[in-house]
Amino acid sequence: MATQVTDATFDATVLKADLPVLVDFWAPWCGPCRALGPVIDELAVELEGQVLVVKVNVDENTSAPAKYGVRAIPTLILFKNGEVLDQMTGAVSKTAIKEMLAKKAVA
Amino acid sequence: MSVYDSLIIGGGPAGMTAALYMLRSGKNVAVVEKLAPGGQLLKTAHIENYPGFVKPVGGFELADAITEQLMQYPHERITDEVAAITQESGLYLVRVGERTLTAKTVIVCSGARYKHLGVPGEERLIGKGISFCALCDGNFFRGQTVGVVGGGDAALEESLYLSNIVGKIHLIHRRSTFRGSRIFEDKVRETANIALELNTVVAEVQGENEVSGALLKDVHTGETRFLPLQGLFVFIGFDPEGDFLPAGLERDKSGFIITDCEMRTNLPGFFAAGDIRSKMCRQVATAVGDGATAAQAAYTYLETLHG
Ligand SMILES: Cc1cc2nc3c(=O)[nH]c(=O)nc-3n(C[C@H](O)[C@H](O)[C@H](O)COP(=O)(O)OP(=O)(O)OC[C@H]3O[C@@H](n4cnc5c(N)ncnc54)[C@H](O)[C@@H]3O)c2cc1C
Repeated sequence: MATQVTDATFDATVLKADLPVLVDFWAPWCGPCRALGPVIDELAVELEGQVLVVKVNVDENTSAPAKYGVRAIPTLILFKNGEVLDQMTGAVSKTAIKEMLAKKAVA
Repeated sequence: MSVYDSLIIGGGPAGMTAALYMLRSGKNVAVVEKLAPGGQLLKTAHIENYPGFVKPVGGFELADAITEQLMQYPHERITDEVAAITQESGLYLVRVGERTLTAKTVIVCSGARYKHLGVPGEERLIGKGISFCALCDGNFFRGQTVGVVGGGDAALEESLYLSNIVGKIHLIHRRSTFRGSRIFEDKVRETANIALELNTVVAEVQGENEVSGALLKDVHTGETRFLPLQGLFVFIGFDPEGDFLPAGLERDKSGFIITDCEMRTNLPGFFAAGDIRSKMCRQVATAVGDGATAAQAAYTYLETLHG
């Protein structure tokens, strides 16, 4: 399962991480977010040791989504060394996410 | 590697029903779904027209109930995307991620996805002000000015939903009359913060890192004007989810699969059910009916293979 990150833990867990981090911005009432859920959880396991996969609930945490201009959910943002490398919006497939990671040479 | 009696593509209402019927008749089945099971049910807040539910049933709730019922019957479930299908000595080879699965029959239940506008600026600004889900993203535009594009039920219903959240809505529609239900249209016309932009299309979406507005074009005069907007919600219909379908499969001019009334396509052993089919009525009730019918047709086909 992908771990939940909050506004309070965002800097330490995401921006200061040693590994690249894939963040899923989501909310419990959002259908496409829920559709994406199992894909994110499977990736968290498959990519262990290569990419850290985490989730931010935008209902409970508003600063991180605002800081990165998240205006639709689900949005996936890929971070490395505190910088945004790439992002995708919508319930996308595992293959599409893996292609983005490969393109950015993180997995 | 094992050969499945039936490989079902898509785990929406049609695919899950087809799987349920195939499994109950003792066939060995794999369901490939790129996301969580439920399909468009997961995009629907409430369903008021599915028989058997006196009170509107939640989309999530119905998706969970169908999934739980299906899980009583052991079968293979694969969470990934079908990329291509080919035929070889009477079997179908289905490429899923890095694997190739083999099946005697295929039932395609891959549904439909929201159509994009296809104008400059759109792909770049999806998620940065352009949205296809009012329920998901409405809250990001609290008190702001947004556009809604479309003239059917979805555009009208979502405009009404958004009117309670955002400051102002411009409903942009290319005709002068709406296709959607009268009840919704009347309510839209009565809602103070919805302005109608009729006979008008979006020619371009503008904005650097987020939507700043849309270039609108009058369909009669060809005149263009800039409308400042913070968000743009697009509900202009559906496209088939069919990029992976094999060449030689008969489809209509919009790309939906042509079947007979038993869900058979022009390819032997290849069936289609639900929204991916060329048909008039795209609903949960019809998807479920198609799924059951396709399973029965596939079962009958498998029997003939055994002679
Ligand atoms: C906002 C909204 C409101 C609606 N309201 C109602 C209503 O009130 N009543 C009603 O009856 N109907 C309603 N509908 C329509 C109804 O949801 C659909 O008709 C129904 O879900 C169609 O079912 P399906 O199984 O054919 O396709 P879908 O539900 O679209 O499911 C298709 C599945 O296939 C998967 N898939 C697609 N391509 C691939 C691939 N290459 N590999 C693997 N998996 C793939 C998708 O991820 C999806 O889960 C609504 C739809 C929407 C969007």
